[in-house]
Amino acid sequence: MRLSSCGSGFSRDALGTLRQKASRPKPLPQGSLLRLLLAALLSLAGALHAQAIEPMPFANHAQELRFQHLTHQLRCPMCQNETLADSNAPIARDLRNQIFQMMQQGKSDDEIKQYLVARYSDFVLYDPPLTRGTWLLWFGPLLILLGGGGVVLVAIRKRGRMPANGSSGPRPPIDNGDDW
Amino acid sequence: MSRLLPFIGFMLLAGLFGFGIWWNTQHDPNAIPTPLLNKPAPAFDLPKLYEPTQTVSKADLLGKPYLLNVFASWCIECGVEHPVLEAEGPTLGVQLVGYNYKDVPADAKRWLAQHGSPYAVVIADEPGHTAIDFGVYGAPESFLIDAQGVIRYKHIGPLTPEVVAKELKPAIAALRKEKP
Repeated sequence: MRLSSCGSGFSRDALGTLRQKASRPKPLPQGSLLRLLLAALLSLAGALHAQAIEPMPFANHAQELRFQHLTHQLRCPMCQNETLADSNAPIARDLRNQIFQMMQQGKSDDEIKQYLVARYSDFVLYDPPLTRGTWLLWFGPLLILLGGGGVVLVAIRKRGRMPANGSSGPRPPIDNGDDW
Repeated sequence: MSRLLPFIGFMLLAGLFGFGIWWNTQHDPNAIPTPLLNKPAPAFDLPKLYEPTQTVSKADLLGKPYLLNVFASWCIECGVEHPVLEAEGPTLGVQLVGYNYKDVPADAKRWLAQHGSPYAVVIADEPGHTAIDFGVYGAPESFLIDAQGVIRYKHIGPLTPEVVAKELKPAIAALRKEKP
């Protein structure tokens, strides 16, 4: 596997912990050197974080919303558990810029998605299209639900057919005193 | 029999997990299948790393098959791949074209001076726009492109001696066989 620079999550975490540390009222034991180091780390984390946000010159608020909506539906090819909107990987940044450019050229969301799928396959879509290769992905959970339902049904029927053993007629209602 | 059922269920699950682990040792789970396979390579026109005033286009490279190897000085796995390219490159029978991806030219030159260059020519894509057309999302990646400019094979991640022997060389041999 390749070294991936999925930086945004890390820097955000680092920033969080460092902030916690910095805001702690207790004085630091090692004095100024450690504090200096901490400040340096903090500013570094801040810089990384700022890089992940990177403001873009949107024409208007609606376009910005559209951009956010679209990039949240697309997967970063490098950091595959992150959306293009969240990822700080270099390729995610490039693709965000590309999407932004295409929006300025008046391309529709579908055209932009087509553009990306042609290069990076359906992997970039968080909502994969229904094809022969993906029907199990779409209907697998339903199949499992039906299978499980079948097992439960068979078990219930079996139990219903079983002769009532001795004492129990209809079972007494379960009341364990929990009234919440 | 019914008492064995949970055990059988457990064994089936264990088998499934075992299969999953085996599968992941055989495949890179993060490798994205390229939709560009067996399709014409995208057009490009990129400056040479050593003579930035000259460019190399797709048309310039037509007529002979070549291996387009995406690398960068910042890419750690490229250092792993490099000795393999140095050793196997001359035995491949196709020319190696270096694709310097999102790199500072000075860094790339230093890196090549340090590690040696197995490439017949090195082209530089500093902004990384053309790489998007190739579906590149990191480095290293390698494309085998035939004399007609069609992508015949792609490998994501470093080329290892095993990959060269089991995948790349057979792919090159297949190209040779086609030639009348």
